[in-house]
Amino acid sequence: MKSKKLTQNPLFLPLVCVLLVLAVNAVYDLSQGKAFYEFFITVINDQGLLTGRLVTILNRGSEVAILAIGMTLVVSASAGTDISVGSVMSLCASFCCMLVAGFGVSSVDDVAIPRLLLGLLGALVMGCICGAFNGTLVAYLNIQPMVATLILWSAARAIGLLLCNNLIVYVRTDAYGVFGGYIGFLPTPILIAAVCIAVVSLVLKKTAMGMYIQSVGINKKASRIAGLNSKRIIFMCYLLCGLCAGIAGIVASSRITSADSNNIGLNMELDAILAVALGGNSLGGGKFNLAGSIIGAYTIQAITTTMYNLGVSSAVAPVFKAVVVIVIVVIQAPPVKNWVRKHTAARPAAGKEAAHA
Amino acid sequence: MENNVVLTMRGISMTFPGVKALDNVDFTLRKGEIHALMGENGAGKSTLIKCLTGINDFEAGEIRVDGVEGTVKNHSTQDAQSVGISTVYQEVNLCPNLSVAENLYIGREPMTAFHTIDRKTMMKKADELVKRLDIKVDVTQNLENYSLAIQQMIAIARASDMDCKVLILDEPTSSLDDGEVEKLFKVMNQLKEEGVGIIFVTHFLEQVYAVCDRITVLRNGTLVGEYPIADLPRVKLVAAMMGKDFDDLASIKPEGFEAQKDTPMEIEARGLSHKGTIKPFDLDIRKGEVIGLTGLLGSGRSELARSIYGADRAQTGTLKVAGKEAKISQPLDAMNLGMGLLPDDRKAEGIIGDLSVRENIILAMQAKRGMFRQLSRAKQEEIADEYIRLLQIKTATRETPIKQLSGGNQQKAILARWLATDPDFLILDEPTRGIDIGTKTEIQKLIIQLSQQGKSIMFISSEIEEMLRTCNRMAVLRDGAKVGELEGELTQERVMAAIAGGADNEK
Amino acid sequence: MKPANAVKGRKQMNGNTLLLIITIVLFVILYAGGCIVYGSKGFTNLQTFLNILISNAGLICVACGMTCVMLTGGIDISVGSLVALDCMLLAYGMGKWHMSAPVMCLIVLAVGLIFGLVQGFCVGYLEIQPFIVSMAGMFFARGMTAVISTDQLSITQDTNAAFYSWANWRLNLPFGGVLNRKGVLIMPYIRVGVIISLLVLIVIFLVLRYTKFGRSLYAVGGSEQSAAMMGLNVKKTKMKAYILSSFLCSIGGICYCLNTQAASVSQATGLEMSAIASAVIGGTLLTGGVGNVIGTLFGVLINGTIASIVQFNGKLASSWPNILTAALLCFFIVLQSVFAFLKEKKK
Repeated sequence: MKSKKLTQNPLFLPLVCVLLVLAVNAVYDLSQGKAFYEFFITVINDQGLLTGRLVTILNRGSEVAILAIGMTLVVSASAGTDISVGSVMSLCASFCCMLVAGFGVSSVDDVAIPRLLLGLLGALVMGCICGAFNGTLVAYLNIQPMVATLILWSAARAIGLLLCNNLIVYVRTDAYGVFGGYIGFLPTPILIAAVCIAVVSLVLKKTAMGMYIQSVGINKKASRIAGLNSKRIIFMCYLLCGLCAGIAGIVASSRITSADSNNIGLNMELDAILAVALGGNSLGGGKFNLAGSIIGAYTIQAITTTMYNLGVSSAVAPVFKAVVVIVIVVIQAPPVKNWVRKHTAARPAAGKEAAHA
Repeated sequence: MENNVVLTMRGISMTFPGVKALDNVDFTLRKGEIHALMGENGAGKSTLIKCLTGINDFEAGEIRVDGVEGTVKNHSTQDAQSVGISTVYQEVNLCPNLSVAENLYIGREPMTAFHTIDRKTMMKKADELVKRLDIKVDVTQNLENYSLAIQQMIAIARASDMDCKVLILDEPTSSLDDGEVEKLFKVMNQLKEEGVGIIFVTHFLEQVYAVCDRITVLRNGTLVGEYPIADLPRVKLVAAMMGKDFDDLASIKPEGFEAQKDTPMEIEARGLSHKGTIKPFDLDIRKGEVIGLTGLLGSGRSELARSIYGADRAQTGTLKVAGKEAKISQPLDAMNLGMGLLPDDRKAEGIIGDLSVRENIILAMQAKRGMFRQLSRAKQEEIADEYIRLLQIKTATRETPIKQLSGGNQQKAILARWLATDPDFLILDEPTRGIDIGTKTEIQKLIIQLSQQGKSIMFISSEIEEMLRTCNRMAVLRDGAKVGELEGELTQERVMAAIAGGADNEK
Repeated sequence: MKPANAVKGRKQMNGNTLLLIITIVLFVILYAGGCIVYGSKGFTNLQTFLNILISNAGLICVACGMTCVMLTGGIDISVGSLVALDCMLLAYGMGKWHMSAPVMCLIVLAVGLIFGLVQGFCVGYLEIQPFIVSMAGMFFARGMTAVISTDQLSITQDTNAAFYSWANWRLNLPFGGVLNRKGVLIMPYIRVGVIISLLVLIVIFLVLRYTKFGRSLYAVGGSEQSAAMMGLNVKKTKMKAYILSSFLCSIGGICYCLNTQAASVSQATGLEMSAIASAVIGGTLLTGGVGNVIGTLFGVLINGTIASIVQFNGKLASSWPNILTAALLCFFIVLQSVFAFLKEKKK
């Protein structure tokens, strides 16, 4: 009975994944002749920066975590995923660097702060525009979410390249690098992700948005009768998802102080969707659990980092992620669930009978 | 078995969890007759049909089909087809993107020697088939280019071509206009002449009397009787369906108060309509009045209510709410004008299954306040607890997902959702369907209480008795139009006569 | 058959036919525009048109498969990665394992079948959203490509003489020759990939039109429930569609490899997009049930013409074809949505 309750907890799946990753790490550390708790060791190094494997994962996982926020809402409200987030990230980064450096300029070393702010703002606005574009197609034109976002998935990266005049635009200034670097001893991306998570959690807590989104995702018709504007809510989710992609794009671009259109946010949509699924959220929409998605996001980063440690190249990593995605969705698939229910329902009954006898 | 009998069902019984859906029902179909299967909601018509076509497994009884040895027990629609039982449903089960000919022959296409489809032969056969039934179509055209009526006829043609002895038509006319129904009847009569036995399920009384030879009436899962059409005039049919013996009906006087003539109007509708569901109607509702909408299922009761509420946006007409001109384009507009709608399909349009009872109760109230003015958690809990107590909603906790509650308690929670918004005008569409007697009475009492508080209520129910008990006035609907209003002393006879309509009452 | 069809074409001027007509007109305008602007650079040569076919032979096969899947109302975005995997398998197999070309081709086709079987099972029998399944498939195939090798491989005379000779074989057409600057008559030619892809196109056209399987695809896409009620096996039909798609994709992969004679992890990125765009532009509805491969061919040609124009211009950035394709896709998706809305309203 107790085990059943545990498995029904929404955080069950993500926590199991975390434990699994930790176990793999511990085994890896032991085999390398290090202490099994090596993973958690966090120190401030000579340069006064916080380092350690855990910190690296939290740092590197920031973009996925930010994307996972938007993706969670989109999945919940529209039962579809936004596959354009990776490309939109890249577009926002390109747009930002283009605004900062000027069109056709491949590298700037010194930038006035207002100009920098303009670039950042531009990136966020661009994210919102992309989100609004997706949202309009999905909510108002009734196009399947994944097909609608397919357009930007393909085009956004190309537009980004165009904005950068096919160059990799470098913005080599500390003021820009700070978003992917450090504030004091703390990696900024961790901070940005934390702020995003905090803001969205607060909004979900203080407004009725969470309930609106879930309500629309569970039963669109009933929500409408009860006075919710289903279309506007779905639109808003996509808008937010676009904004999240914009923020993630800035972080990713700031890390390398440049806009590398071809590589920023590559395969990131898979990570974001995987984070949502790992977080125990059904890809069929409805109830969501933001905390689960966030844990899912960091779990994925931990998996990725662990894979790199084990010598798996970044190009091969998607194989494993794809397998994980398929396993998760297969578990969630209705026919599989029915099959499992049929076979587990028979067992306790049989057990009871045996006990009686 | 008589010679000309094609189908007999004897002693069919079937239980759904907790409900006896069919109890010892007999049914006989003869060659070349059109036999109406009548009954109100939950009477067991569709269950009986599903037992016949193999979608449901019946528990007791036997089915015999002419020309088949022994008893028949189907396990799928394919099984049913193989013994000559074909079904055409209300929603056309054809592919609109394929040609008429393909729809007639898909799955059994004539093949060439190379295992490819012989399109030429298929077109020719299809053409012959539609000509035989006198359906005027070009079989090479896509099905979607034709009206619903033609599509329905193509479905019938497909069914009849498969060596069919028994043809079941389940509400085929629900979405057709009069002219289209006429054409459909021609096809039915043609098939009848060819010796096919047709079971016709419909809610439209006119149509029953237009084509049928015999009527079988079911009520609450039991057989009321089988009658030749001439022996069962309209009013008697309605009485049989509603479960009242017409002759010894005791009139029940409505309780509650009479609406005073000087009470201000809450709702004044003029010429509202929604294409395809409800023809233009006028309706006035006074403050504190309970108005009942009556008519058979499919007569446009729900649709009338929905067009006022904006659930289906009215396409014509004007609406005044509390004396002021109102524009309602979506439910939220209606809510802001103080309306509420408890929809008849609880599962599809009422509950938000995965959300808790608390969230379901406060949803409409929250929607009215807007997203950014969230009710505090404490306030939400207070409201939820209050209504759980008030309406005696039986739930483990207020955080239990509503889908785990019983139907009656779900209904109370939805009712609570609307009461929480403190509406001036509440539309209750079948609020008592599928819930136990105790809860039904509670809801009826509640309606009277609310009207005493000055709220206007529109009450829709298939059970005349509870309407008589609660309503001050009734509007009668038939075949998608409002055909009259009943005021003063409401009796079952008057209501039934009005529902049944018929020659004397027409125009 | 002919007269019946003629009637159909005349009477049935509904949204779907209109979409196809728009597509054909668009192609003609684009191509004519190219001829006018870049006529002096040789755009008017027959060879320019044939080059579009040559470089898009793979895409034609892939898009045919995509059309079949989309007819059922599904989608398969794994095709681009699968093509990359096929190319890598071919190049690596012939280069490193020294397998013969026909054997490697058979292996590639088998991989396609298995890949499709798994995807089709997940979509048909486990009822998982096609998009999710094929997205996982996309990343899986791309990753597997990297597992085989992350190098840039090319297939030369030394790697595999047979394959190299196939790739460089050309069929000169007996007409449409042009004199070059030296006054030598050069006949236009096509390559083996074009022949394969046109064969695929014809076969799929016939399959869709004249076989039970083909019509089931339409029926399932038109209304899954109805198809089931009429006794068709919906799950099996869906699974077969994905198997067909992946199989055609493998044939496309071989054509692609014959054209590029190279393999790398990043090969054929965005091919799924071109394939989907070609199908949609060619009049295949995203909701399923409507479309045919002739339209898809025009979709591919439009794609190819855009790329060709950008190439003739020489100054436009290489990302323009991508953007234009996406814009066209967007335009046609919105158009489909509007037509669907109008149809709904008419009812």
